[in-house]
Amino acid sequence: MIDPLSVFLLLLAAATPILFAALGELVVERAGVLNLGVEGMMITGALAGFAAAYVTGSPFAGFLAAALAGAAIAMLFAALTQILLANQVASGLALTLFGLGLAALFGKPLEGIKAPAMMPGPLRINWIVWLGLVMVPLVWWFLNRSRTGLILRGVGENHDAAHALGYPVHAIRIAAIGFGGAMAGVGGAFISIATVLQWTEGMTAGAGWIALAIVVFSNWTAPGVLAGAWLFGGVTVLQLRLQAAGIRVPVQLLSMAPYLATIIVLVLISARQKYSRRAGRAAPGSLGQNFHALR
Amino acid sequence: MTAEAAVFRAEGVGKSYPGVRANDDVSFAVEAGQIHALLGENGAGKSTLVKMIYGLVKPDDGRMTLNGAHHHPADPRAARAAGVAMVFQHFSLFDALTVAENIALGMEYPPPRRELSARIRQVSQDFGLPLNPARRIVTLSAGERQRVEIIRCLLQDPRLLIMDEPTSVLTPQEAELLFATLRKLADRGTAILYISHKLEEIRTHCDRATILRGGKVVDSCDPRAHSARELAAMMVGGEMRPIDRSGRQAGKILLEVKSLSLPAPNAEGTALKSVSLSLRAGEILGIGGVAGNGQEELLAALSGEVRSAPGTILLEDRDLGATPPQARRRAGLLAAPEDRLGHAAVPDFSLTENTLLTAGPRKGLVRKGLIDRAAARAYAEQVIRDFDVRTPGPSTAARALSGGNLQKFVIGREVLQAPRVLVVNQPTWGVDAGAATAVRQSLLDLARGGAGVIVISQDLDELMELSDRFCALNEGRLSDPRPTAGLNLDEIGLMLGGAHGMEVAQI
Repeated sequence: MIDPLSVFLLLLAAATPILFAALGELVVERAGVLNLGVEGMMITGALAGFAAAYVTGSPFAGFLAAALAGAAIAMLFAALTQILLANQVASGLALTLFGLGLAALFGKPLEGIKAPAMMPGPLRINWIVWLGLVMVPLVWWFLNRSRTGLILRGVGENHDAAHALGYPVHAIRIAAIGFGGAMAGVGGAFISIATVLQWTEGMTAGAGWIALAIVVFSNWTAPGVLAGAWLFGGVTVLQLRLQAAGIRVPVQLLSMAPYLATIIVLVLISARQKYSRRAGRAAPGSLGQNFHALR
Repeated sequence: MTAEAAVFRAEGVGKSYPGVRANDDVSFAVEAGQIHALLGENGAGKSTLVKMIYGLVKPDDGRMTLNGAHHHPADPRAARAAGVAMVFQHFSLFDALTVAENIALGMEYPPPRRELSARIRQVSQDFGLPLNPARRIVTLSAGERQRVEIIRCLLQDPRLLIMDEPTSVLTPQEAELLFATLRKLADRGTAILYISHKLEEIRTHCDRATILRGGKVVDSCDPRAHSARELAAMMVGGEMRPIDRSGRQAGKILLEVKSLSLPAPNAEGTALKSVSLSLRAGEILGIGGVAGNGQEELLAALSGEVRSAPGTILLEDRDLGATPPQARRRAGLLAAPEDRLGHAAVPDFSLTENTLLTAGPRKGLVRKGLIDRAAARAYAEQVIRDFDVRTPGPSTAARALSGGNLQKFVIGREVLQAPRVLVVNQPTWGVDAGAATAVRQSLLDLARGGAGVIVISQDLDELMELSDRFCALNEGRLSDPRPTAGLNLDEIGLMLGGAHGMEVAQI
C-alpha cells in the first residue's frame, strides 16, 4: 500500500524548500538577526527562478537567478535593519508582504506556462535535493569549525563584546542576511521549477513560516534543521498518501497534519527547554536586537 | 621617569563628543614593569582614554606612542597587533561559547583548537589561575570569567595591559589573586594601566598614579606616598568634606526583629537562621559579612519582598511580619536593595516613573488610583537637586544614568520620604569617592533626624565610618552587635569568620 522507499524519496523532495530556507535563516539568526521575511524571499526566488528558467531554458540558470533575487531582496531588509537600524520584526514582516505582492504583480504574465524539464541527478534524485543535503554538513562545519563561523556566532551571541574586540558587527550581519536570502530564494525556486513546474500566485503557501519554526525547533543547529525539515516533509508526504489511499479521515484534518505536527513538536521542545536544568539558552544572546556603537 | 623606559606615552590627547569634551590635552607615560593607576571620578574621562589606546575610539588630537613607535590604531585588532590588551569593566565574553572559543575570538591568529586548549591549560597553570577550556561561560563564576579575560590577554603576550575597573565584581580573595597575577606580569616587563576608584587598592598595589578630572590630567603621584584622603582630594578637586557624625543620640527602640528564620529562596540563596536585632531611633546599625551570607535575603525579609511569620518584625510595636512592601512603606519601613538596575529601579522607566514605584504612598503621588504626574515629577526633581544626581532631567531613563548617579538617586528617593527606618544594602557599591561621601552623609543626616538606619555592606571601612554598632552576617546567622568604637580589625575578622563563642569570651 505505502512503499517506504518511495515515501522517503518524496519526503526528500518535500523537505528541500524548507531545508534551504531554514539553513539560511539558521545562519542569519546565529549572527543575531531575526529575519521574518523568509516567506517573501522564497516567493521572490520562486518567481525569479521560474522566469529565468523559462527564458533561458535552463533550470540551473533559474536557480542561480533565484539565489541572486533572494539575496537582492534580503539586502532591502539588511539596509533597513543594519544601516537605518529599523525594528527587525516589523521590517521582516514588511519584507514578507512586499515579496508576496511584488511576485504576484510581476508573475501575472507567467501564469499557465510550463517549466523546462530538469535533468535528474545521481540515483534519479534532483540535483538541488543533493545540494540541500550537502549544505547541511557544510553549514555545520562553517558554524562550528571555521574561524569566520566562530566570529559570526560571537556577533550573534554578544554584539557589544564582538564590537569591543574589533569585529565589524554590521558587515558580518549584512553578509549573513545576504546568504539567508540566497538560500530562501533557491528553496522557493525548487517549488516552482522542480515540484509544481509552473508559477502560481502565493505558491510557497507558508513554507517560509515553517522554515522559521524549524530553526527554533532545531535549537539553532544544522542537523536539527535537517530533522525538522524531514519531519515536516514526511508528514506532508504521508498525509498525501493517506488521502490517495482513501482513508476515512476528513481531508481538512490531513492537510492540517504537517503544520499541527510542527506546532506540537515546537511546544514539546520549548517545554523541555523551560524545565531542563542545563545552564544557558539555545537562542543566540543578541537575537533580534539592533546594534549601535559610539565612535 | 625616563623616555627610554616608557612603553606607552600619550601627548596632548583630546577627544570631543557632541556637547562634551571627554578628554583634553592628556599627557602621561607608562613604564615597563609598572602598575600605573588611572584615577578619577565617574565621568572623568578614564574610559574614553583607554578606548582610544585600544582603538575603539579615535582621538581628535594629540599623539600616542607605543614602544617609541607612533600608535594610532584603526580598530582593536590593530591595537592588539601592536601589543595592547584590555580587560573590560563589563565582561566582553560570549556566554554560550566555550572558554577556548572566547579566547580564540580575542586573538588575531589563534592556533588550532587542540593546541589552543593546551596553551590555555599551560598559561593558566603558570599563573595559578586554573581554567577548563571546554567549559561554557554561563557556567562560570564572576572570578572565573575574569580569568578567561585575563588569559585571553596573556596569550597575546602584551606589552601594555589595560584593566578597566576589574575588581568591582570580585570577592576580596579573588581581588588578591588578581593583584598577585598582575605583579607577576609586571615583573616580566609588561606595563599595566589600571583603572579603578578603589583608593585603598591603588595605594597598596600601584607604583604610579595619574589623576584625571573633567577629562584633564590634574596630577600625577606615587600613590604609596599619599593617604586615601589625599588621593580623593586630588580626584574631586579640593578637600573632601569630612563626614559629620555629630549630634545624634540613641532614642527609643524603633525596629525589632525576633528570631527571624526563612528558608533559602533558591539553590544559590542562603537561609536566614534565627536572626534577631533591635534598632533605636537615631542609630546606625552596620551589618558586615562576605557576599552570599544572607545579605540579600535579610534585605528582602525587611523590605517585605519575602514575608515572614507574624511577630518576627516589629516597627514601633506594630507587627509587620506578614505585611507586603507597600504597607511597610506606609508604616515607615523603607529599603534600598543592592542591585540598582533591575531591582531598585526599572531600567527603561524614566526617573519620574521610578520615583512612583516606591514613593507613591508616602508622598501622595497617587490620588484615587490615578497618578499625579506633576507631583511625581516635582518629587523626582527634588531628589535630583538634593542629591546632586547628574542627569538631563526627570524624564531620563534610569539605564542612561551612570552607576554612581543612579545610586544617589535610589538612596535619595528613599531618604527624602523621611522613613522611620531605612535599610540599605551596599549603598556605595561601584560609586566614586565624592558620591560615596555624599551618600554616607545623607544616611548620617537621616539618623540625626531621629530615624533608624541599617547599613548592610561588604566594605568594612564604610561600616566603621558610619555605624554605631556592628554585627556580622555569617551563613544566615547574625552575630550579637558590638559597639563600633574600640572594635579592631582582628575582632571583626573573628566575627566575620563566625566564631561566636570566642566573641562572648572576649567581652
